[in-house]
Amino acid sequence: MSGGDAIPEFSKSKTGDGHEVSLTNLSAFASGPGIKSGKEVAAILAVAVIIIGGIELALRLFHVPLYIMPPPSSIAYALFDEFPLIAPHLGYTLVELVSGFTIGAIIGLVLAAVITQFPFAEKIVAPYILLLVTTPMLALVPLLILRFGFGYTPRIIAVALAAGPMVMINAATGFRRVDSAKIALARSYGASTLQIFWKIRAPMALPMILVGLMIGAIFGLLTAVGAEMVGGGFGLGNRLTTYSSMIQMPQFFAVVLILSTLGILIYVLFFLIGKKWASWEA
Amino acid sequence: MNTGDARNPKLGVQAATKIYHTASGDLLALDRCSLDVSANEIVSIVGPSGCGKTTLLWSMSGLHSLTSGEIRLDGKTITGPHPDIGIVFQEANLLPWRNLDANIRFPFEIKGEKPDRAWIAHLLNRVGLDGFGGKFPRELSGGMQQRAAIVRALALKPSVLLMDEPFGALDSFTREEMNRLVEEIWLDTKTTIVFITHSIEEAIFLSDRVVVLSARPGRVAKEYRVPFARPRSLEIMATKEVFDLTNRIKMDIVGERTRPKAPERPSAEIVRIRP
Repeated sequence: MSGGDAIPEFSKSKTGDGHEVSLTNLSAFASGPGIKSGKEVAAILAVAVIIIGGIELALRLFHVPLYIMPPPSSIAYALFDEFPLIAPHLGYTLVELVSGFTIGAIIGLVLAAVITQFPFAEKIVAPYILLLVTTPMLALVPLLILRFGFGYTPRIIAVALAAGPMVMINAATGFRRVDSAKIALARSYGASTLQIFWKIRAPMALPMILVGLMIGAIFGLLTAVGAEMVGGGFGLGNRLTTYSSMIQMPQFFAVVLILSTLGILIYVLFFLIGKKWASWEA
Repeated sequence: MNTGDARNPKLGVQAATKIYHTASGDLLALDRCSLDVSANEIVSIVGPSGCGKTTLLWSMSGLHSLTSGEIRLDGKTITGPHPDIGIVFQEANLLPWRNLDANIRFPFEIKGEKPDRAWIAHLLNRVGLDGFGGKFPRELSGGMQQRAAIVRALALKPSVLLMDEPFGALDSFTREEMNRLVEEIWLDTKTTIVFITHSIEEAIFLSDRVVVLSARPGRVAKEYRVPFARPRSLEIMATKEVFDLTNRIKMDIVGERTRPKAPERPSAEIVRIRP
């Protein structure tokens, strides 16, 4: 009758009070002191101008050929000039990323929530999850193309396969952070298992879930672009192979610039969500 | 020995025995521990570290089941958490992702009841937390956090309040302040309080009765009455009676700890039960 109880435990280090992980620890923004004045902004801009201008100057001074490294000004011009042509491809990539990520994240979250409730099942499943996390899903793309053709389907599946396990493994870490005192608190008011999940376990897991979603989204982007490079006539990845095969380096770098911007936007998005909803842990 | 009706205690612990099944073997935490608490009484439980004080309190709250024995509230055996029993945990145990108001609302959310706003406002005012409702736990000092936890526990108007070393992490000045606050709240509500503490001074200042548990397995070793009228002032702590009482309890606990160990038991820390 009493076998299931754990010895009441309060020591901070073991309750998983949450000070060991935090979204903002991963953040380059949070580690900095924050921008305070117009002077600092001016200094940051000045350094950027010097670096970009320096590169421009050096490339022109040493007559570096365009196909090796185009100067920043020609990349900027290509970005401006070709954007109407690139924009639809950006749209295709976003469709693949958003739908694949959504599917993968939902499945990953549900699996993490369920599996952490059954520690024994978790032990059995763990190696396969690790396998899914460590296998580059890009490797499956040729196979998926054989089965599903050159449309959206193989790419969305690849993105979901890349993002899902990342979300799951991080969310599972979050759900495993059991704080027995907080669960006891809920139980002392007669909370059901479901109430304990939604009111204690889920909010405690939220910071790790956000980390998982961010990493999953970035892996999804990588996989989407990779899959587009493997086959099919559309998407930013396809633009990269097209431009490089035509030795249109300014256009090529314009696409690279768009991809880095996408990555940064994903990062900033989850950083802001974390700041709003998980800042209690910072 | 009780001032109340000794045969009908508010909260009765009868031959409570608790065995934990751990990876390193079975652990007998409580051994036929019996204790009655009368209505409106404040009882403190002290004892050597690891003697099963918290186990006893968690069992009284219904959070832990007992291996044998029973807990009775108003004569009825309790088998799980009971709405009439409030708990104040170690280190406040507030939910860090909720602000103070939301933390105090938490019990009501779980129960699906509407919070009694007037009563909560009264309690917040009583403990001096007016206007702090929007603050998050990390923005509050340890003392303020524990005050909020007391408000949370009292918000549902329990008739018994169990306090598990609530002020152990606080500095001694804050602790004295909190002790006075507990007495004030008791004068206000006359809630029956069971209070676990490491501090003998705290136990004496607060309690009608101090119960000393033996080293593990926990049993009631001694009981002392504290015969001072309420409200008590800190001056009683300087009287000879309190001084003597403190020393006697200290000797009880230290004596327990240095009791000669039986040679056939290699590990005195853990008493193993044969299967």
